[in-house]
Amino acid sequence: MRYKFLTAAFAATVAALNFAGPAAATDLEVTHWWTSGGEAAAVAELAKAFDGTGNHWVDGAIAGSGGTARPIMISRITGGDPMGATQFNHGRQAEELVQAGLMRDLTDIATKDKWTEIVRPKSLLDSCTIDGKIYCVPVNIHSWQWLWLSNEAFQKAGVPTPKDWNEFVAAAPALQKAGIIPLAVGGQPWQASGAFDVLLAAVGGTDAFLKVYKDKDAKFAAGPEIAKVFKAADDARKMAKNTNVQDWNQATNLVITGKAGGQIMGDWAQGEFQVAGKTAGKDYTCLPGLGLNEVIATGGDAFYFPLLKDADKSKAQEVLAETLLDPKTQVAFNLKKGSLPVRGDVDLNAANDCMKKGLAILAKGAVIPWTDQLLSQDSQKQKEDLFSEFFAKPDMTLEEAQKRFAEIIASAD
Amino acid sequence: MSNNERPNQLFRNLNAKIASIPMILTAVVVFVGGTAWTVLYSFTNSKLLPRLNFVGLDQYHRLWSTSRWLVSIENLLIYGAISLVFSLVIGFLLAALLDQKIRFEDTFRTIFLYPFALSFIVTGLVWQWLLNPDFGVQRVVRDLGWTSFSFDPLYNSSIVIYGISIAALWQGTGLIMCLMLAGLRGIDEDIWKAARVDGIPAWKTYLFIIIPMMRPVFITTLVIIAAGIVKVYDLVVAQTSGGPGIASEVPAKYVYDYMFFAQNLGQGFAASTMMLLSVVIVIVPWAYLEFGGKKHG
Repeated sequence: MRYKFLTAAFAATVAALNFAGPAAATDLEVTHWWTSGGEAAAVAELAKAFDGTGNHWVDGAIAGSGGTARPIMISRITGGDPMGATQFNHGRQAEELVQAGLMRDLTDIATKDKWTEIVRPKSLLDSCTIDGKIYCVPVNIHSWQWLWLSNEAFQKAGVPTPKDWNEFVAAAPALQKAGIIPLAVGGQPWQASGAFDVLLAAVGGTDAFLKVYKDKDAKFAAGPEIAKVFKAADDARKMAKNTNVQDWNQATNLVITGKAGGQIMGDWAQGEFQVAGKTAGKDYTCLPGLGLNEVIATGGDAFYFPLLKDADKSKAQEVLAETLLDPKTQVAFNLKKGSLPVRGDVDLNAANDCMKKGLAILAKGAVIPWTDQLLSQDSQKQKEDLFSEFFAKPDMTLEEAQKRFAEIIASAD
Repeated sequence: MSNNERPNQLFRNLNAKIASIPMILTAVVVFVGGTAWTVLYSFTNSKLLPRLNFVGLDQYHRLWSTSRWLVSIENLLIYGAISLVFSLVIGFLLAALLDQKIRFEDTFRTIFLYPFALSFIVTGLVWQWLLNPDFGVQRVVRDLGWTSFSFDPLYNSSIVIYGISIAALWQGTGLIMCLMLAGLRGIDEDIWKAARVDGIPAWKTYLFIIIPMMRPVFITTLVIIAAGIVKVYDLVVAQTSGGPGIASEVPAKYVYDYMFFAQNLGQGFAASTMMLLSVVIVIVPWAYLEFGGKKHG
C-alpha cells in the first residue's frame, strides 16, 4: 500500500513543482484508478483531449482499484491537499464531501451547456445532484450485468456456448471435466458482492432488486424469493472454486485465455478483451442481464472537482468539465473503455457487438439504479465482507448467509 | 533547609525544560490528545467526517456482533502466539549457534538478518508467489514427481493465517537473533569458564544461568515482537488482502477498511479503541510488575 501513497505523493510533488514555474498552460492533476490495460488506454484519450485545450493533464493514477484509491483521494481532499479533479463512481461515494462543502458546485456550467438535455438517462445526472446542485460530470455508464463467456472454453468442453445463466450452470460439469474453471471470481471482495447483486437483478428480477436495495425491505430480503437468489449464488460459489486469482482483470484473463468458462463482471471487462485482440461474437460472448433479465444498471464513473482557491486552476476545471462531455471525447473514451457514453446524440458506429447490445437496452429504457447510488459505502462494505466470506467458505450455509444479508439490509442506510 | 537556600524547583535546569517543551507538546497533543479524541468519537455515529452525535455503545455492539471482527481477533491471537513463541525460540537458537565461535559468522549473520531489510510489502509478495500453488513450492514438488503433493496455505481458509505467520517469521527472526546475539555477547566469559569448571553441561548453562541473566534483552525483544503483532497489516494486505473471503483478516485492517473504505469513522474508531484496550490490558500489569513497587538500582 505504501508505494501507492508514494505514487500519489510523487504526483502531487510533480504538480506542485510545475506550478512554481511560469507556465502558460495550467496543469491540473486528475486522480483516478484506471490502471488496467484497457482502462489506461481510455484515460489516455481524456488526457489527449484535455491537453488539446492548451492545458495540461497531470495523471494521478492510483493502482489497486477503487477500494484502494478512494481512501487516498478522500484523505487528500479532507486533508487540505486537493487535486484538480478526481474520479468517483457517481452516487453516494462523495456525498459527505459535498455536504461538507469541499467540492465545487458545477450548476453554472451545467446550465450553460444544458447538461440536463444532453445527458441520458436522466438518473445519471440525478446522482450527481445534491440539494438541487450539480457536483459531478458523469463520463460513462458502466453496467455490472454482464456474463462474459469464452467460446473457446465451451468448444473444448464440447458443449454449445450457453444463452443464459441456467444453461451456463447446466454446462458447468462438462467444463470441469475438461479441466476448466466454470466461473472466474477474483478474490477482491467487491467482485463477489457485485456478482451477487447481478444475480439478484437477473434471477430475482428488477422488482426484487429495488425492493431490497432501494426500499431496504429486510423482511423481503429474508423471504423465499431472495432464497432463490442465494441458491443461484451457491451455484456460482461452486462453479468459482479454484479460481485462485485476486484482481478482476486476472480473472478476466482466465476467460480470455480459455482457462475459465465465464465471468460475471461489468462491461469494463470488455476493454481487456479488446486489448487482447479478441472479437465479440467470435472469440467471446456477452450476455447482458445474464441472459435472464436484460436490464442495465446506470452505475459508472464521474469526475468531481474539489473546491480550489487558485483562480487559474478553477478555470482549468471548467475546461475539463466541458471537455469530458464533448461528443468527440465521449466516443473516443468510451470505445476504449468498453462503456457506454452518457449522451445519446453521439455516433457509435464503431461500437462492437456487445456495446451495441448495451446501447439497445439503454434505448429501450430498461435501466436500474446501481448499488453505488442506493446504498451507503458502509452498507456496501458489510455486504462485501459477507459475500467474500460466502464465496470463500463452502461450508457456510445458505440460511446463515441470507439471515446475515437481511440483517445488513435492515440496518442499511 | 529553608526555602531561600534552595532555588525554586520550577526554575531548576530551565534550559533543559524549555528544550523539551516541543517533545512534551507532541506527546500530549499527538499521542494523548489523539487517543482521547479517537475514544470520544468512537461513541458517535460519525461517517466520512467526524461529527459529535453520540449514540452510546452502538458502535461497540455492532463491532462485537460482526463476524469479520471476531475472525480478526481470532487470527490475531493465533498469529500472536505463533510469532511470539517461534521468533523467540528460533531467534535464540540461531543466536546460540552463531555464538559457538564458528567460521563465517559475519556471513551467516548477514544472511539471517537480510530479510529484515525488506519491507512487509515485499516480504508479502515474495511469499505470495512462493506459496501460490500454481507457481510456488507446490508446483516445484509436483514437478519433481510427487504429483499429489498439496501445499496451498494461502488459498485454504482454515490454515491461511499460518501461511502468513511463515512469512512474518522469515522476516522477523533475523532481528530477534541479532538482539539475542548481542545479549549473549554481553555475558561475561568468566561465567562460562566457571560453569565449565563446575562440570555443568552447556544446555543447562544456557537454560539456568545465561537466559536468566539476559532478562533485559528478553524484555526488549518481547516489546518489539508484541508491537509487531498488534500492528500487523501490510503483510496481510500484500499476501492475501484478508482472503480467502475474510479468513485472514486482522484488526488493523478492519480499522482501516471501515474508516476509509466504508466511510464509517465511528466503527473504525470503536475497533481501534478495542485494539488500544487490548494493548493496555497487556502492558499495565507488566509495567506494574516491572516498575511498580520496588525501585531498580
